[in-house]
Amino acid sequence: MTTSKTSNRFVPGPPGTHITIRNLYKSFGTAPLYEDFNLNIPRQKVTCIFGPNGCGKSTIMNMIAGLITVDSGSILFDGKSLKDTRIGYVFQNYREALFPWLKAIDNIKYPLKINGRSNEECDKRAEELIKAFDLQFDLNRYPYELSGGQQQLVSILRALAPEPEVLFLDEPFSALDYEMTLMIREKLQELFRATKLTTVIVSHDLEEAVFLADEVLLLTKRSTKVAATIAFDASRPRNFKTLSSPEFIDTKSRCLEIFLQEVRR
Amino acid sequence: MKTDDTLLGDAKPNGAVKMSQFARLTDRFREITQPFIGPIVLFAIWWMAASGNWVSGNLLPSPISTFGSLWQSLVSGDMLTDAYATLKLTISAVAIAGLLGVPMGIILGSSKKLYQSVEFVIDFFRSTPVTAMFPLFLLIFGIDDSAKISVAAFAAWLVLLFNVAYGVMNAQETRVLAAKVMGASRWRIFKDIMFYDSLPQTFIGIRMAVSMGLVVIIVAEMFIGSIHGMGHRIIDAQQVYDLEDMYASILVTGIIGYGLNLLFLGLERWLVHWSGR
Repeated sequence: MTTSKTSNRFVPGPPGTHITIRNLYKSFGTAPLYEDFNLNIPRQKVTCIFGPNGCGKSTIMNMIAGLITVDSGSILFDGKSLKDTRIGYVFQNYREALFPWLKAIDNIKYPLKINGRSNEECDKRAEELIKAFDLQFDLNRYPYELSGGQQQLVSILRALAPEPEVLFLDEPFSALDYEMTLMIREKLQELFRATKLTTVIVSHDLEEAVFLADEVLLLTKRSTKVAATIAFDASRPRNFKTLSSPEFIDTKSRCLEIFLQEVRR
Repeated sequence: MKTDDTLLGDAKPNGAVKMSQFARLTDRFREITQPFIGPIVLFAIWWMAASGNWVSGNLLPSPISTFGSLWQSLVSGDMLTDAYATLKLTISAVAIAGLLGVPMGIILGSSKKLYQSVEFVIDFFRSTPVTAMFPLFLLIFGIDDSAKISVAAFAAWLVLLFNVAYGVMNAQETRVLAAKVMGASRWRIFKDIMFYDSLPQTFIGIRMAVSMGLVVIIVAEMFIGSIHGMGHRIIDAQQVYDLEDMYASILVTGIIGYGLNLLFLGLERWLVHWSGR
């Protein structure tokens, strides 16, 4: 990861770049998944990663978040390494990611506790988040006593508790029913509007990706490159009307076109 | 039954409410009484077998005289002395097994290499009937309670070690990753996540260790010079052909085993409330 420091050919991203990925190499077995991969992720925007099956869209996000090690190359946050960066991560499967021995509220406070914050600070921050998200259910329950959507909301609050610089969401809706998906999407909309947090989302649903994104990052088949970066700047909060607006339909079909090109290649 | 209720309910709502209330009451009644049917049937068969001389009276006393004997030895207190002795040895053995087995299991489970290097030894001794090692333990510890406790503790320890290690190894990886992303240290991940995630399996191990401990203690009391304990009492009653006392003692031993299992199951439900949910 420190190779970039020694490499004298580090190319900085354009203004407004938050995360830089340079000369990334990662292979599973013999075939490289990522080879000489470069990417800039913008600050305070929502980037949705979308691509064909097996292109490693979750892998690239997990490498940025440090859950998977890179073989070589550099990933920097404003020039800092991951170690010096606060991140929040929301897993696809909330049942496996929450701590069932802790009440929902203590799940949310846990990342604050390990950062050595006092009880009052934890209480205050949790209170803030509950208010911001307007949570209407009892957080003194254990995760297994809550519905799926409520559990995923707890996961999101837990990720947001330490005020991360970057928020990662790995297919956050794929284990939820449609009603819950709509509800959480709406909450996320408010979050994006209010906090302007740099956010990376992996999605397997193109409509969802475009709907949530400021930028859709389309990946190729392996060895994976960036096929295109498509901006979508409809105003927020977006709602069901956004889904039928001409700019949404236009953006989505452009993404689909590129995606199909890549799949058929 | 349930479908009948709903069918009625559709037909005439008013009567159906009463019907379903009545049905609910009988359902509840049945729920309470159902568990007693087995014991009552068993008792009846026993009674018929004894009084009808299906089995020779030399092998099977009547349940009435058995329970009479049980009552007498409980009142006089000598059965309680033996039960207490057995219980004390069993709990001591399990306690020793727990104090050694749980920390060792956690250490073993958190290192794949370590586990792989001792896996064969553990599996070998787990498969060896512990009773085969009675003579060895007698040589080491002599003919008193310490031999019984140590051989039972050894057996219980192996069961516990294996289960705890297994629980730690199978701690949910996503939860470990979640803590890692938050910046938790290895020690915190270990004590806040892996330890808790292994508890359900640990409790399964504890219950297995308790029943294993009781089995070994009873057998040890029978054959390693004892002056009290349920195992000693059962074999004594058999030697002097006191069938009522033998059957009563077997019943009490069963009650001890069942009670211990119930106790730890309750403890598990309370402490590991998230298990299986």
